[in-house]
Amino acid sequence: MSREITITALKYNPSDCNSKPTFVDYKLQEEPGMTLYIALTKIKATVDHDLSSDFVCRAGICGACGMIINGKPKLACKTLTSDFKDGKIELLPLPTFPLIKDLSVDTGSWMKNMSIRVNSWIVTNEKTDISKLEKRIEPEVADEVFELDRCIECGLCVAGCSTAIMRKDFVGAVGLNRVARFSIDPHDERTDEDFYELIGDDEGIFGCMSLLACEDYCPKNLPLQSKIAYMRRKMIKV
Amino acid sequence: MHIRYTDALIIGGGLAGLRSAIATSERGLDTIVLSLVPVKRSHSSAAQGGMQASLGNSIMGEGDNEDIHFSDTVKGSDWGCDQEVARMFVQTAPKAIRELAAWGVPWNRVVKGERAVVINAKHTTITEKEEAHGLINARDFGGTKKWRTCYTADATGHTMLYAVTNEAMKRGVVIEDKKEAISLIMKDGQCFGAIVRDLKKGGLSAYVAKGTMIATGGYGRIYKQSTNATICKGTGHAIALEAGAYLGNMEAIQFHPTPMVPSGILLTEGCRGDGGVLRDKDGYRFMPDYEPEKKDLASRDVVSRRMLEHIKKGKGVKSSYGDHLWLDISILGREHIEKNLRDVQDISMTFNGIDPADKDENGWMPVLPMQHYSMGGIRTTPKGQSVNIKGLFSCGEAACWDMHGFNRLGGNSVSETVVAGMIVGNYFADFCEETGIAIDTKMVQDELGKQDEYILGILACDGNEKIFDIKDKMRNIMQDKVGIFRNGKDLEEAVEELKILLQKTKNITVANKCRLLNPELEEAYKVPMMLKVALCVAKGARDRTESRGAHFREDYLKRDDENWLNRTISYWKNKDDLEPALKYEELDIMKMEIPPAFRGYGRKGFILENPLSQKRQEEVDKIIENHKSDRGSLQEKLMPYELQAEYKIKNQRLGDEDE
Repeated sequence: MSREITITALKYNPSDCNSKPTFVDYKLQEEPGMTLYIALTKIKATVDHDLSSDFVCRAGICGACGMIINGKPKLACKTLTSDFKDGKIELLPLPTFPLIKDLSVDTGSWMKNMSIRVNSWIVTNEKTDISKLEKRIEPEVADEVFELDRCIECGLCVAGCSTAIMRKDFVGAVGLNRVARFSIDPHDERTDEDFYELIGDDEGIFGCMSLLACEDYCPKNLPLQSKIAYMRRKMIKV
Repeated sequence: MHIRYTDALIIGGGLAGLRSAIATSERGLDTIVLSLVPVKRSHSSAAQGGMQASLGNSIMGEGDNEDIHFSDTVKGSDWGCDQEVARMFVQTAPKAIRELAAWGVPWNRVVKGERAVVINAKHTTITEKEEAHGLINARDFGGTKKWRTCYTADATGHTMLYAVTNEAMKRGVVIEDKKEAISLIMKDGQCFGAIVRDLKKGGLSAYVAKGTMIATGGYGRIYKQSTNATICKGTGHAIALEAGAYLGNMEAIQFHPTPMVPSGILLTEGCRGDGGVLRDKDGYRFMPDYEPEKKDLASRDVVSRRMLEHIKKGKGVKSSYGDHLWLDISILGREHIEKNLRDVQDISMTFNGIDPADKDENGWMPVLPMQHYSMGGIRTTPKGQSVNIKGLFSCGEAACWDMHGFNRLGGNSVSETVVAGMIVGNYFADFCEETGIAIDTKMVQDELGKQDEYILGILACDGNEKIFDIKDKMRNIMQDKVGIFRNGKDLEEAVEELKILLQKTKNITVANKCRLLNPELEEAYKVPMMLKVALCVAKGARDRTESRGAHFREDYLKRDDENWLNRTISYWKNKDDLEPALKYEELDIMKMEIPPAFRGYGRKGFILENPLSQKRQEEVDKIIENHKSDRGSLQEKLMPYELQAEYKIKNQRLGDEDE
C-alpha cells in the first residue's frame, strides 16, 4: 500500500492585484520512484490546473526547476518524495529571483545579466581557420575546464547565498566559477588584470563572506569553495 | 497593439537557432531569438553522448573522412535522406567542431600512448599516436564504421549549448526568453514574422521580420513515453502547418534503445559506445545473436526492435512497470564511469538508486526503448527555406532538411544543429539581406487581432470536455498505436480517434478565465496544435505501407524501393479540417551517390528492390573507374552539391601534407 503524502505549495500571482500569497495543501497517493516533477505534474493535471512551475528536462540536466524544498534550495525534478519520512513537503519559489507565479521564477534575466557582467565567453584576438587542424590542448587541462563548465545555472547557489540577498548585483558562486573556468581555458587570452576589472570588487570576488552554502547546495557538486578561494588569491595579487 | 520590427526572427533558442543567430548577426542583421525557456535550458542541453565529425584523430578513427561519414549516414537513414544535404553536412561537421573548440567547448582530448578500452565486452589496450596528442578525441557510437563521436563526458549538448549561447551574447544577439510564437504572419504565401505570447506577462505582440526561422526542436511529447523535455511539443511545427507549410516524413519517429524505466530519462548511446552491453532476464548478452556484425551498436531503429523482439520471446525482466531489459556498463569500471559517464551514474543513482559502477547485476540499469527523436519536420530546400513558403526557414530537429531520412544516427543530431546553424543560418542571412518588409501595419494588426480573439474564444468556450484528459488520451493513442511496431488496423484507429479528440478540443471549458499566466489556457491552445502534429504522424504512418528505418509495419515487412522511395508531405488544407492532406515527393535514384542497397545490419532479404538501384550502381562504378583526377572533381561527376565556399573547402587532418 502506498502512503498518502501532502505537498504544500505557495501560490501567488504578483501580476494579479487580487492575488494574495497563500499556502495550498495537495494530498496525493505516493507512487514508487515518485519525484516532485511527477507529483506536481499529477497535481496540475488533476486537482489544480492553475499551478505554475518550471520543469524542462526533468532529469537534473537543464537547471530549470530549483525550489525551496522544506527549507533548502534543491532541484525539484531530482527530489524523490520518499526522501521525506513524514510525507510532508513544503515548496516555495527560489528567493533572490523575480517571482513570475507560484513556484515559477525568472532565473533567465538574472543569469543573462551575470553572464554579460563577467563577459562569460572566450576573449581572444586569434582568428581560427576552421578548415585546419584544431589547436592542441593538454588533455588534463581540457578535463579541468570541463569540470567547471558543468555548471547548469540553476541558481541554487544564489538562492542559498547571504551576500546575494544583501547585494543585488553580486555575481554569485555561479559567476565566480564562470570566471575561474575562463581563466584556465587556453583559448582565452585574458590576464588576471582583465578578470580583476570584471570581478575585483564587493559585487564580485570580495563580496563573498565564505559561508559556502553554494557548495552545499550545488547539484553538480562543483568545487565552488576551492575555486572561489583560488580566484580570491589570484585577485588579491593583482 | 505592440509591434516589433527586426531583420531576422528566430523562433527557438536551442543550438540550431542560436548558431543561426550568430550567422545573421555576423552580417550586421538585427536578430531576435525567441525561446520558451532561458536558452541554456533548451533541450539541446540534454544531448549526452556526443557529436559526430570525421576528424580521425583517435587511432580507432584513423582513416575516417567525409566519405565514410556520408556512407554511414545514408545507410542509417535507410536511403530516405537527401544525399546532397548529407554531403553538405559531412563536409561541414569537422569545421563546426573546430569552431566550437575555439569557442571553448572543452572537448575530450587524445592522450598519447596506451589506453585501456572495452570492445565487444572484452578489455583490451589501444595505443594512441604521439602526434595525435591533444587533438579532439572520439568514442564509438551505433551504426558507424569508425570512432567518430566527439564528446565532453556525457554532457556534450550542455557544453555545446553554453559555448554557443555565450558567443551569441558576446555578439549582442537579442535573446528573449519565456516567449512563445503562436502563429505566423503571412501575406501572399510569404512569411513576415510571428504573433508572440509573453509567458511572463501573458500579452500578445507582433514580431515583424524580413525572414523567420523555426528552430523549435522535436515533437516527442505527443507520446506518453519520451526522453524529450517537457517543452518539445511540436508547436513550432503546428504554427507552420497552420500557415500552410509542408511538413516532411512526420511518421519517421526514432525510438532510443536505452531510456531508463520508468522515468523515461535517457541513458546515452555512449554507454554502449564505450563498451556497455544489453542483457536479458538471465543476464545473457543477446544482441550478438541478432546482429552478429554490429551487435549492441547497430543503428537505433534496429537495436530497439531487436530488444522488443527479445522481450516478446519471454526474455524480458518483469517489473511493476511492465517488462524491461538491462543495460550493463559495470564492465567499464568505476574510474571510467565516474569520468566519462558521470551524468548517467548520477541519473541512475538519483532516480533508481542503482550505482552502475557496482559489480555485475548490482549495477545493471533497467531500460526500454522509448520515443526519442523526430526525423520529420518542416520540409525545406537544401538552403533551409520552406519548400512552399517564402521567407520561412527551418533548421535543426524542427526541420526535415533532410539528412536523417527514416533513421538518425546517434551523434548526428547535435552535429546537425550546429552544422545547419552555420549553413542554413548563412542562407537565411542572404535572404534577410535581399528582402524588404513588404507588409503593411494594418495586416499585422489584423493577425494580432485574430489571435487575440482566438484566445478570448477559448476562454469563453463553455463545453464539457477537459483539455488535460484529451492530452492524456492523445499521448496514449500515439504510444499504443503509432509506436515501434505498427500495423494498418491500429494506425487506422489512431487516425480516427485523434480526429475525434481534435473535434473535442472545440468543446472544452477553461476554469480560470484569466488571460495572463494561466497554465490551463496554455494547455488549451497547445493541445489542438499537438493533435494536428500527431495526426500528421499517424496518417503518414498509416498510408506508408512499407518498413523503412524507424517506420516498421508488421503488415508490410519489406522496405519497398519500387513504390515508397519517397518523402511524405503532410499539410493542412483548410483551417477546420480534422486531418492533414498527404502527398509524396519522389527520391531520384539516378541522382544518388549511393543507390539503395542492404544497410549491413538489420534483417537480411527484406527489400523490394528497384531495378534502377542496380543501374545507378553500375553507373557510379563506371564513373569511379574512369576517373583520373582529384576527389573534388569526382564529386562533381558523382553528385554535385551546392555549399558555401568557406564550408566546402577541404578539411585538414592529421598527417595531411599541408599540416
